[in-house]
Amino acid sequence: MSIAKDSRFGTPEILFGLSVSVLVIVVAVPMLLIFFNAFWVDGHFNVVDVVNVLRQPQTYKALGNSLVLSVGVTITGTIVGTFFAWLVTRTDLPFKKSMKLLFLVPFMLPAFIGALAWKMLLSPRAGYINRFFMDVLGFDGPIFDIYTYAGIILVETMYLFPFVFIQVSGALERMDPTLEESARISGADLLTITRKITIPLVLPSILSGALLIMLYSMAHFGTVAVLGIETGIYNIPTLIYEKIHQSAGSFDSIRTATVLATVLVITAALILWLQNKVLSKGRYQIIAGKSFRPTELKLRGLRVPLFIFCLLYIGFTIVLPTATIFMVGGLKTYGLPFTAENLTLANYNHILFEWDLTRDAIWNSISLGLSSALITMFAGVVISYVIVKMKVRGKGILEFLGMLPFSVPGSVIALGVILAWSGKFGINLYNTVWIILLAYIARYMAFSLKANSAALEQVHDSLVEAARASGATMAQALRDIVIPLVRPGMIAAFFLIFLPALRELTVSVLLYGPTTRTIGVAIYTLNEDGETVYSAALAGIALVIIVLGEVLIKRLVTGKNNS
Amino acid sequence: MAYIELNQVTKRFGEVIAVNRLDLQIAQGECVAMLGPSGCGKTTTLRMVAGFEDLDDGEIRVGDKLISSKREKYYLPPEQRNFGMVFQAFAVWPHLSVFENVAFPLRVRKLPKEEIVARTEEALKHTNLLAVAAGSPDDLSGGGKQRVALARALAIRPDVMLLDEPLSSLDPHFREEMRFEIKDLQRRFGFSILYVTHDQSEAMALSDRILVMRAGLVQQIGTPLEVYGLPANRFVFEFIGLSCFLQAGLSPAGMSIAGVAYPWPAGLVPPDELVAAGAGLLAARPTEIDFVSDGGVRGEVVRKAYLGETIDYRVMVGATEVRVQKTRRVPGPAVGEHCGLYFSHPHWYPVD
Repeated sequence: MSIAKDSRFGTPEILFGLSVSVLVIVVAVPMLLIFFNAFWVDGHFNVVDVVNVLRQPQTYKALGNSLVLSVGVTITGTIVGTFFAWLVTRTDLPFKKSMKLLFLVPFMLPAFIGALAWKMLLSPRAGYINRFFMDVLGFDGPIFDIYTYAGIILVETMYLFPFVFIQVSGALERMDPTLEESARISGADLLTITRKITIPLVLPSILSGALLIMLYSMAHFGTVAVLGIETGIYNIPTLIYEKIHQSAGSFDSIRTATVLATVLVITAALILWLQNKVLSKGRYQIIAGKSFRPTELKLRGLRVPLFIFCLLYIGFTIVLPTATIFMVGGLKTYGLPFTAENLTLANYNHILFEWDLTRDAIWNSISLGLSSALITMFAGVVISYVIVKMKVRGKGILEFLGMLPFSVPGSVIALGVILAWSGKFGINLYNTVWIILLAYIARYMAFSLKANSAALEQVHDSLVEAARASGATMAQALRDIVIPLVRPGMIAAFFLIFLPALRELTVSVLLYGPTTRTIGVAIYTLNEDGETVYSAALAGIALVIIVLGEVLIKRLVTGKNNS
Repeated sequence: MAYIELNQVTKRFGEVIAVNRLDLQIAQGECVAMLGPSGCGKTTTLRMVAGFEDLDDGEIRVGDKLISSKREKYYLPPEQRNFGMVFQAFAVWPHLSVFENVAFPLRVRKLPKEEIVARTEEALKHTNLLAVAAGSPDDLSGGGKQRVALARALAIRPDVMLLDEPLSSLDPHFREEMRFEIKDLQRRFGFSILYVTHDQSEAMALSDRILVMRAGLVQQIGTPLEVYGLPANRFVFEFIGLSCFLQAGLSPAGMSIAGVAYPWPAGLVPPDELVAAGAGLLAARPTEIDFVSDGGVRGEVVRKAYLGETIDYRVMVGATEVRVQKTRRVPGPAVGEHCGLYFSHPHWYPVD
């Protein structure tokens, strides 16, 4: 990379070209095909047909459901998240540090496994809690029906509120305590301070977390698929799934799916644009310099009741569903009471060592996760390097293409990949693992670019220049200076991709073939087929793998920091 | 008569005694600066006066009113103490306009509207902020933000103003300007000031009395002149102004420094108890050491630097470096030359 080479195609141009081609093939082509299929009918541009599709009851109902569900989840999730964030940062709640970690646990758990557990507990006829109330306590009907809007909103809230919790507790912790102290010395009591100073100052963080919940819920497949389909509650992703699966490739279904996908993309883009605005306009400089700890609100008489409330919340939303999954996974037949003679380890044994379907699924998920994480990590380093460090024209395109999937829901990516790689262009990857791998790479590229760009931005140009001035070649400078410094970013990228890929459902459920089920797909389809105990047992195993993975990362990351 | 009174005020953080049996009286309209290195307990003391920290022992009174007392388990909440306070990091609220920032303390006191507007404008006028009243404090410089904080503290017309390193986040040239503004406002409104700083020149310029602290213990309380001219101990001597020290063996006949014996020269005799102890520390300001050709403590000039008006000499006496500062108009020894040092205003402290 000499400075004054007079050729048009030096290393920068080659790297740039490579990066663009990768992103075009993986990201741009599938996306464009969706819009093309939605708006291009019989050889010409056609909006009337799009409107016709949207006017079908099935479609506009799904759109309405997506809106109702995501707004509902956003409201409840924001209230729950803000309340707990305030509780663990601004009051004298006992064991605040541990409570804070516990409130983050739902982030680790896949929402659709939670939905599965709640179905086992609260489905109107067979749910264990409902049956307990009807059979033992003599209630006439179920106390709660989970197959409803309220049920879906409740379950999604349990797993999505951490988006707000993380943002708000972070903002409250970083906030300069003297902002609140100066209000106190000005004569304001704690209630006035909370209302007039604290809440307005963290409002941007609350809103930004709320929009993340909305974005996620809008595009969320699992919970609605598990709890909604029974009573005909479809949202956009589940209707896309329904269309693709029923159709066996019929033109009409694919078109409906692409129109739905287009709506989803536009909504998601709108939400992200709003979030960006909130963050750039409304974020105040409230970060503390030197700081004493903020004044804690003494809860006094409410201290113990609120602590018990938190424990109950955690018990109810984390412990109970998780325990249910493992217990049901150990039952001889679904529906039996949990007594010693009904419980067995045979299901787990069968799933892990005997049954090809589940063994394949575990193997597929692990190998897909590893390979997509590795490929995306390395591609991410190169592309980030071009974006952050090189002076090439048009690198804005790279940034746009790379970050695009961040705003594109998984079902849309999957649909685009189907359109691009089902033989239309001479390559048919449908029903193979390769199509899932391509979709994973497209979906997770943004994670890798974020982590790697952040790491690369820390490496100031002068560090490389100092190496060059000390006599190192560009290659040596890269190897000895740049790579060691961005390695943490690369490792972060790897795990940011590997762990979500392990539990992925939304993308894989649209792409799987007979032998290419992933763990998520296997759990979902087993449940659909009525194999509830096997589904639960596999979900239990998935939870163990996920938790082990998270613990391992924590170890790796903290070990790094200590050395 | 003492207006603010701290009696035996003590604060512990776990095993560490952050403030140890501190006594202090501040008169009405007086400015007292608490000076010391970071972690000496000065900010903790200020925060106990403000009411943000409880006491582990002692009490604090304002006027004839008890506001903090360990024995009575009584703590008036900060919001009821009616103090003005200015923080190091400004702590102006970015979501409120300059006007609303200053009006806030008046609004929470539920004053009539006209009075809120009048008093806010008065405070803004005295801090030269009227022109930017409608704007956001985020658009102001550091000095501007600190003026908003000052105006907000002024708005309630406090009897006591607590200032927690209010100038250390500012650019150096703003600092001097703000010093005068604070002094001006105090003269005009007559409030007492308790001022925390680690900058000795700030403390000297602003305050009527300085309290020097170290590791939770008061080292000295006195006027700036007393603290500079008659430091109570070695720490105060070293903390305020430039200083150099020489260890000396002492006997009734004379002293020995770096193995060389000197008879007692005029004006250099240490206190009797140090002579009895056999050793002492000779302390001096670099400007209060003269070069003499005959006699004096012998040393060798090793470095010489021009600092504009003064010349800075480093003189080795045995293994100890002594700093001497003389005006450039008096010719001094050259580097490598041997010379005699005469201490015109020596201080003696025990060897620790």
